[in-house]
Parts: sequence; structure tokens; C-alpha cells
Amino acid sequence: MSSLVAAEMEDLEAFRGRARAFIRGNLRPIGSTVMTVRSRVSDEEELAAVARDREVQRMLFDARLAGVCVPREYDGLGLTPAHQRALNEEIAGFEFPSRIQVPTFAPCAAVLLEFGTEEQKRRHIPAMLRGEEIWMQFLSEPSGGSDVAGALTSATRDGDGWLLNGSKVWTTGAWWSDWALCLARTDWDVAKHAGLTVFILPIHQPSIDVHRIEMLNGNREFCQEFLNDVRVPDDDRVGDVNDGWTVGTRWMFHERMSYNSPLVTFPADAIHGVAGGASTLELARAAGRADDARVRDLIGEAQTLEIVWRELQRRVGEGIATGTMSSQSSAVARVFHCLATMRQTTIAFDVAGGAGGAWSNDDDGPLARAGTDFLMRQVSCIGGGTTEMARNVVSERVLGMPRERTLDKDVAFRDVPRSPTAKR
Amino acid sequence: MLLQPTSDQELLRETTARFLDETVPPAELRRLRDDPVGFADAWWKRGAELGWTSLLVSEENGGGSISDRGLVDLSLLTYEFGRRAAPGPLVPASIVAAALSGTGGNAHAPVLARLLSGDAIATWCLAEPRPNDRLGAIALEIRSDGGDVLLSGVKRPVEAAASASHLLVTGRTGDGLTQVLVPADAPGVTIAPMESVDLTRRFHRVTFESVRVPASALVGEPGRADMQVERQLQQALVLLAAESVGAMQSGFDMTLAWAFDRFSFGRPLASYQAIKHRFADLKAWLEASHAIADAAVAAVDAGSEEAAELASIAKAYVGDQGAELLQDCVQLHGGIGVTFEHDLHFFLRRLTVDRALYGTPAEHRQRLTALLERRAEAA
Ligand SMILES: Cc1cc2nc3c(=O)[nH]c(=O)nc-3n(C[C@H](O)[C@H](O)[C@H](O)COP(=O)(O)OP(=O)(O)OC[C@H]3O[C@@H](n4cnc5c(N)ncnc54)[C@H](O)[C@@H]3O)c2cc1C
Repeated sequence: MSSLVAAEMEDLEAFRGRARAFIRGNLRPIGSTVMTVRSRVSDEEELAAVARDREVQRMLFDARLAGVCVPREYDGLGLTPAHQRALNEEIAGFEFPSRIQVPTFAPCAAVLLEFGTEEQKRRHIPAMLRGEEIWMQFLSEPSGGSDVAGALTSATRDGDGWLLNGSKVWTTGAWWSDWALCLARTDWDVAKHAGLTVFILPIHQPSIDVHRIEMLNGNREFCQEFLNDVRVPDDDRVGDVNDGWTVGTRWMFHERMSYNSPLVTFPADAIHGVAGGASTLELARAAGRADDARVRDLIGEAQTLEIVWRELQRRVGEGIATGTMSSQSSAVARVFHCLATMRQTTIAFDVAGGAGGAWSNDDDGPLARAGTDFLMRQVSCIGGGTTEMARNVVSERVLGMPRERTLDKDVAFRDVPRSPTAKR
Repeated sequence: MLLQPTSDQELLRETTARFLDETVPPAELRRLRDDPVGFADAWWKRGAELGWTSLLVSEENGGGSISDRGLVDLSLLTYEFGRRAAPGPLVPASIVAAALSGTGGNAHAPVLARLLSGDAIATWCLAEPRPNDRLGAIALEIRSDGGDVLLSGVKRPVEAAASASHLLVTGRTGDGLTQVLVPADAPGVTIAPMESVDLTRRFHRVTFESVRVPASALVGEPGRADMQVERQLQQALVLLAAESVGAMQSGFDMTLAWAFDRFSFGRPLASYQAIKHRFADLKAWLEASHAIADAAVAAVDAGSEEAAELASIAKAYVGDQGAELLQDCVQLHGGIGVTFEHDLHFFLRRLTVDRALYGTPAEHRQRLTALLERRAEAA
């Protein structure tokens, strides 16, 4: 690093002090942050929460606390991951714009920063930082999400632009989001990975139908989008035509970084909540079982997993940042997280006792959600790529084991075997 | 293991690693199986010269750490011991030296000097037989009698008691705990060997029958040692966690290499998805164990608020998940995995013993719950 840049860089402790003063003076304290798949709230409540997130994002931007690791030419601060970590520590216990972090900054902004044209970056990155653009990833399709490169959504040339047709699915919050990063097939006569291209597009336009899907807990944030002759100018192409997998590979990488990405603001004390945020001890007390030796063992186990997860993230973050661990190591954390969350959710359900199956909203306090949370147990093992896909990455890319044999190499994509019941 | 040790720490670690490779290779471990002590005095003395015994001892008492974080430095060594399932009472000897350096005053300076030079060994007598074998239960009685101190009770398992010149005994005086440094040959002390799965670590049952020592043998004040004992416990927990992670790492590395080397149905084991996915889980547990062991060592070293909690978490997690990992390594080896001829069992043995010492994983989960309750009450 040149001494000029070094001299200009805001000192870490000065930054931390500035962040602390702003956060304490302007943001609402909320106790500890618990990330759950938001349960059923009314659309009005959800939209109000989105509006507040945009507002808070804007406040952070105006206070020069947004885009810590985003280069200055795109209105970021051009600082280091250590500065982002300091911000994450300082914002612990306060509201933060949770809906504008993942997937807007990671992977979407990360992909644009890496592959976007200068014009794309100047147009969208500052808008994201100001809370004006919330982004979605249009990746998964009804035909499959794990085999990301098997996308069937097609993009065909149309004059100086493109026409997109197909369907994307499982986007959380698309109905109130603004833009999407979209993977589409531009050539069916070459091998799977060789015929893909990445585009960006506004979600709300007449040729896109956004449908909402109800999840097992009643949440209706899940969406499916139907693309019918969506016109995309060539300027909104990211990366080269048919080189979408070069982009896609990095896209997947940034997706796995998720809340660990230096582009994402995320309270350091956040827990990926099970049981709607109640601690296992609180659940046990509510269930009148806190003196049961077996329950006490479970409380200890849940806490063990929570803290080990925290420390593993720290280690993997440091390992990747310093190059002492493979850049694919976030999949190691991903595998751990899937297994740990499953176990913690089961523990919460178990501790709740009979109230896990039938409860009263009036009498059962935090126990009232244990059954629904249990229904949703696998969500965190599917969203963001499944446990099995993460295991493939760990074994093949981290441990160097042989790749799985597939039947979609060296053959035109249109000839790849597909489910006999799938629609084309 | 630390991702970014300093170059001095790296040198410390590397020097011990090389020494262990040269002096206690697998063949030597097999030979030591039948040795009543499990290591040679001269070998331990050479280890002391490499700094093994001095890292937790202050400089004015003749010790010195590498990085000012002595426990972190020492954990690098216990990790290397775990990597090789090496012999020697590194953990209890270090803890006694630390206790004498910290609270012992000058009275114990001559003993401490001999521990530091490796001319003598001391060990810690904490755990007791049933029904007082639960974590935290201490019944051995220590009372003052004239100018003397009288000890009555039984301790087990005590590591390397038969090799020790001195025993740091933790006992009860009324409502509080007391610690006394007892010469192993004091009248009334009986040391009987126990069995263990570890090839080179020896454990004993030590009986104190009205053992009388002068008050100068006290380490700290009578009835006031609770905090010091808690600190020693935390040190033991995190040092053994680091050692266990070393054992896990070696078992994992060995099994990974085997998966590439071993063929069935014309393919290496490493090419089967069922096996690959198992390795992905093992890798996640392994890295998680590294992470929590390092965090716990750092917290105990710094005496942070979270120290007790992290030490118990490290014990609970590494103890349970480490055992699962190594048992899975055995499974992935097939028949050769359950033979004495293969080296894998060295690591399973070491982890099995470490898992059982200083409280089981289940006891530490219970302790953790009690800590959480205390924290909730305070809030
Ligand atoms: C809460 C949530 C939010 C989501 N948000 C988004 C989003 O914003 N944008 C988006 O594009 N998608 C999103 N998804 C979709 C998610 O990425 C996919 O559901 C996921 O990748 C799996 O794809 P699939 O559902 O089609 O299952 P499939 O790919 O059909 O997989 C079915 C099962 O088979 C297993 N499997 C598949 N292939 C293999 C293999 N080669 N080896 C071993 N096992 C295999 C899988 O692990 C899984 O268990 C979200 C999902 C959830 C639950």
C-alpha cells in the first residue's frame, strides 16, 4: 500500500469512536439481534419495516458509515474489513437495515464490483448504499436450485438488447425489492456452463409477474417470478455473453460469504435465532423444566453450539482474509451452521415439551412458537445452497477430493437429460 | 491452533514438534506402552530446556513466556503433544508451576526452581473417587493442627503421581478450598497405579492418611483457594482442549490421506459422495474445535469475563465432537482402524483420556447452564 493511501485511511479507533457516537445517538436500541425467517406479519408491517430499513441505511450513508469496504469512487469508504468488523461490533444491540444486507451487498454488490461495467457500478452501488435499491438474486428456478448452472430461463437477442423468458423462484422479499441479478441461458447448443449470461433488471415491470408463496410458518415473503419477454438492454449485461459462469462461480462464492462478507453490516452479537429469539434457558423456564437434569444438558448444548459457531465464523473470516485458509472455506462454516441450527431447533422443540405440538398464545409465552419453528428447521439448510452442496464444496474444493461424475459435460445443454415430468 | 502465530511462537512450536518427532515416534510410543513411567527423566529434562515448564511462570520466578500470553504459548505445545500423542505430564506440571509462581510466595521457590529445570516433576491432585467424582465435588479434608496442616482423603485419577516429587493437593477447609504442596514421600501418602487407555500417560490413586506437613506447605491462604482452583481448572480445560484438537487433526489428516490412497470398486474412497460428505462434516467439526479451543485459551489467558464459560464450552464441544470425529476416522479406515498395528488409535486414546479428565462434556454443559443462570440473574 502506498504511503499516500495509508495516510488517508481513517484510523481504526477513530472510525470506531465515530461509529459508536453515531449509533448510540441515532439508532434505536433493540437488545440482541435475532435472525429468523420472519414469521407472519401483515403486509403493512412488513412494508413499514422495509421503509425503516431504507431510512436507516440512508442515515448510515449520510453518517459515512455505509459501504465501509466499498471503493470511494462508488461512494463507499474504501476502508478495511477490520473497520467493518468494528462497525459490526458497535452496532450490536441496535437496529440495523437487515433487509438491505444480504443479498443486496453480498452477493449482488460484490458481483457488480467484480464484473460490472463502470457505468453499472456508478449507477447502482451508490443507490444501494443510500438504501434506494434493494436487490434480489434470480438464480433458483422451479427445475432446480442446486444445479445453478442448469438454468432454463432463456435470454435471446432482440435488436440491441435481450428478451428474457422463464421463471425464477424462492426469492425472499422480491415483492418489495427493486432490482435483480439474473442468470439466464444465452446458448443451448453448447455445454451447460458455456451458454450462460448474467443480466440485471428492475423487478417491478409489466413483463414480470411476482407471485407470493406461503411457507410452513405462514410467512409469505417467498416469491416466484414469471418473466414474459422481459426486455433488457445490452448495457445491463454483466460480464461477457456466454461467460456467465465465470461470474456465477464468484457469485456463488459471495453468496456463501453472506453475513461474513466485508461488504455486509451485521451486528457482531447477532444470533441466528431459533425459537423466535428466546434463549433455551428462557424456554426451559417457561416450560418449568429448568431444574430437569436432561434439560439442563440441552441448554448447555445449545449454548455450546452458539458460541462455537461464533468462534468458527471468526476463525474462517480471519483465515480467508489472511490467506491461511482456502477461499472456499466459508463452506466449512456453512456445513457447521446447518448441522448446529438443526440441533438447536430440535433442542428448543424438545425443551418446550407438549407445548411444541399444541399451545395457547395467551399462556405459553415463548413456547408458543416452538412447534412452528420446528417445522421450519431445515430452512437454513436449504436457503443459500443446501448442506449437501456445501459438503460438495468442502470435499472437492477444500479437501481436493474428486469431483462427482455428471452427465452434463461435453454435451449441448439442450441434450442434457432432464426430468421426464419437467416442463421445458 | 492459532492461524497467525508470531514468529517466536512458531519457533517455540516448531522446536518442540521436531524434538517430539525425533524422540517419541510411533515406535517409541509402542515401546513405552509397557514402561511403568511412560517417559524417561532425562527426556523430560530436555523438554524443560525447550521451555515446557516455564511458560506459565513469571520472569522473577525464573520462568517466562514467549508472547506475554503464556497460556497461549503453552497451548501451542499441548497441541503438538496431541498431534503426536506424546508422553509426559505437561499439563499438570505446568499448572502446579503456575500456581507456585502465582500464589506460592517464596516458600516454594526451591521446588519451583527444580520443576523449571526439569529435575523434578510436580502434579496436581484434584479429582476424587466416587461418590465425590463429580465436577466440583471436593471432600479431601485439610485442617490446621498446631503449626501444621493435616490432610485426609483420596484423590484419583492423579496424572504421573509416581513420577512426582511433589503433589499440589486441593482440599476442603470448612466452606472454602485449600491448596497444599505435599512431598510425594511424606508419611501417610500412598500412591497406587491405575489403568488407562493412554499408552504413555500414567494415572494413580493417591491416599492421604492423616498426612502432616508444616504450614509453610500451604499454597495461598487456607480456605481461600476457590478462585485459584477455578483458574487452575480453566487452565487444565483449555490446555487439554488444545491437545485434543491436535489429536483430532492428526487423526483427520491420516484418514484423509487414506481416503485418497484406498481403492474399492476401482475408485478411491475419496471419490464416493457418501464418504466425501462425511469428510465435509468432519472438517467442519475440526475447524470448529480449533476455533473454540483457541478462543477458550485466549479468554482464560486474559482472565476475561467469558473465561469460565468458554473453557467449559471448549471441553464440552471438543470432548464430544472430537470423540465422534476420531471414531468416524476408525470407521472410515475399516478393519485396520481397530488394530494396534495402525497409528490411528494413539489419537483416539489421547482424546478419550482428555475427554474424561476435569469433568465430562455432560458435566460441563451442566456447569455452563449454571453460569447462564447466574448471568441471567445478574442482568
Ligand atoms: C429461505 C430461503 C431463501 C432463498 N432465497 C433465494 C433467493 O433469494 N434467490 C434464489 O435464487 N434462490 C433462493 N432460495 C433457493 C435455494 O437456493 C434453493 O432452494 C436451493 O439451492 C436448493 O435448490 P432446490 O430447492 O431446487 O432443490 P434441489 O436442487 O432440487 O435439491 C433437492 C435435494 O437434493 C439435494 N441435491 C441436489 N443435487 C445434489 C447433488 N449433486 N449431490 C447431493 N445432493 C444433491 C439437495 O441438497 C436437496 O437436499 C432460497 C431458499 C430458501 C429456503
